[in-house]
Amino acid sequence: MTLLQLDGISKSFGALTVADDITFSVSEGEALGIIGPNGAGKSTLFNLITGTIGADKGSIRFLGEDVTRVSPMQRCLSGIGRTFQIPQPFEKLTVFENLLVAGAFGQQRGEREVASECAEILVETGLIAEANKPAGSLSLLQRKRLELARALATKPKLLLLDEIAGGLTEGECAVLVETIRAVHRRGVTVIWIEHVLHALNSVVDHLLVLHFGRVLGLGAPQDMMNSQEVREIYLGMEV
Amino acid sequence: MSSTAQTWTTKTGTRASGLFGVAAILVVIVAAGAPFLVSRDIVQDLFFILTMLVLAQNWNLLAGYAGLLSIGQQAFVGFGAYSMFGMVILLGVDPLLATLLAGFFAMLLAIPAGFFSFRLQGAYFGVGTWVIAEAVRLVVAQWKALGGGTGTSLPGEARKAMFGVEFLKDTFDMKTSQASDAIAYWFALVLAAATVLLFYRILRTRQGLGLAAVRDNETAARALGVNAQRMKVFVYLTTAFVTGITGALIYLQKARISPDAAFSVTDWTAYVLFIVVIGGIGTIEGPIVGMIVFFVLQKTLSDFGSVYLLILGFIGIATMIFAPAGLWGLFSARTGIQLFPIRRRLVLNGSDHIAQNTREGGFNG
Ligand SMILES: Nc1ncnc2c1ncn2[C@@H]1O[C@H](COP(=O)(O)OP(=O)(O)OP(=O)(O)O)[C@@H](O)[C@H]1O
Ligand SMILES: [Mg+2]
Repeated sequence: MTLLQLDGISKSFGALTVADDITFSVSEGEALGIIGPNGAGKSTLFNLITGTIGADKGSIRFLGEDVTRVSPMQRCLSGIGRTFQIPQPFEKLTVFENLLVAGAFGQQRGEREVASECAEILVETGLIAEANKPAGSLSLLQRKRLELARALATKPKLLLLDEIAGGLTEGECAVLVETIRAVHRRGVTVIWIEHVLHALNSVVDHLLVLHFGRVLGLGAPQDMMNSQEVREIYLGMEV
Repeated sequence: MSSTAQTWTTKTGTRASGLFGVAAILVVIVAAGAPFLVSRDIVQDLFFILTMLVLAQNWNLLAGYAGLLSIGQQAFVGFGAYSMFGMVILLGVDPLLATLLAGFFAMLLAIPAGFFSFRLQGAYFGVGTWVIAEAVRLVVAQWKALGGGTGTSLPGEARKAMFGVEFLKDTFDMKTSQASDAIAYWFALVLAAATVLLFYRILRTRQGLGLAAVRDNETAARALGVNAQRMKVFVYLTTAFVTGITGALIYLQKARISPDAAFSVTDWTAYVLFIVVIGGIGTIEGPIVGMIVFFVLQKTLSDFGSVYLLILGFIGIATMIFAPAGLWGLFSARTGIQLFPIRRRLVLNGSDHIAQNTREGGFNG
């Protein structure tokens, strides 16, 4: 069943086109990777899907409903969770309170009802020792974990991850991949933007390549990595 | 493979807060006796402290939580006060009842005021609220039945007939002015206690948590399902209501009103802002501490005239630079003491030491 469907989505900032007639769909239970050079419009695509910015043209359907004009809040409530590439913690709240916000509002439940669930997510993401510290005191890596933890606390059906593996050591990266796999196994559909390709490819079923706001290709990770065009614009820069 | 079940719970209270709660109740009980124990001057000073404290708590909720940096709260003070005068003079309503009803009028004003000002962001919002307050002042100054630009007095008969005055005069042998002062004072005491309790309650509920999230990062809050706009509207209307009652109460005690005084940006917003900034924005304790400092400064420096304002401004700016969390913030960070704790602490099996009790998981592998 199709969970998310984008149809001809376009967005420009002045003369700069950051999304150009983007059309693709994601099925329930899928794990989709998104790659593309810096400035390709990957994060913008997430902002369009979550409603943080509005599309100029095209439509977005989630769970069969047209959400193109729906507020970010409503999209969260209908099951779209996300992380921000630049972490956006509630700095004066503690790490645990950050999750409580996500749990209580994202799931529309009482604080007490979600408290132990939030605690378990903190254990899973390695933040439990930081639970009662202000989020403003966290290091960048911990802030990224908090992004993931907070998104999970909303119990999303679709989880959007924006570059959460950058800067991790080999070991940490392996644990992160395990965590995301576990979330995926629980039935959560995942779209993951990542430059760390080996981590990404060990999780996703499909890869979407974005370049100057256009979909350059969408297919099995192996096929995408072997495509001449992708190698030129993307891998060429990496090596 | 953990053998013992792990139970996670949330705790908010602290030992200090429990003791303080008991002490606070005692203080309020003793304070209630003031009209019988101290001179009328002191009762008036206490009245001033209590009403300014209510205004400060309101501005703190607005700016410190909802991120609404209003500099137009005098609109609600003035409009509340004028609607009370209008009800008493034109409709013959009991002044005490009119003071309560003034809150609804202020909230009614907040609907169109919010409609315009909510379209503006950040500093523009502040300027917008000020412009609205000025506009309301100009309109009220045209109200001939209430004295137009020069203002008017509360009729002596209305004060004499006010609920409770007769009783105090007969029972405790008070003069009319003394009795109405006492009644206004008790009203202020109840209002201050109720405001502090109400706001504290709000901050401890889910709504309060959402409000703090919106304050810290609105974009993230929205993405996590918080209805930021609805929360701001709720705070704006609630504070307009309480501010309106407070304005009416202040002018019930003064018994004389004029547009310039009732809509004064200095008296009802600048001083209030100073109190909140000095004490510490974003906490319930902050405005209380700030109020005490403000009162002491006013008593000691008021002879200096306009230099007094300069000194206040200087202290305010110095605080913003060197102690952005205010005096209470400094104290609380040093000692860890919170009298109105709102932090939700995660505790494991009833113990605060989760780090030691929990196997580290996740990325640390
Ligand atoms: N709000 C905005 N206003 C104007 N330009 C913007 C805005 N947001 C993004 N852009 C521009 O749009 C382009 C795409 O940005 P985006 O963040 O989507 O890229 P990205 O693919 O996520 O890149 P990266 O890999 O560096 O994260 C960039 O050139 C960026 O400067
Ligand atoms: Mg990006």
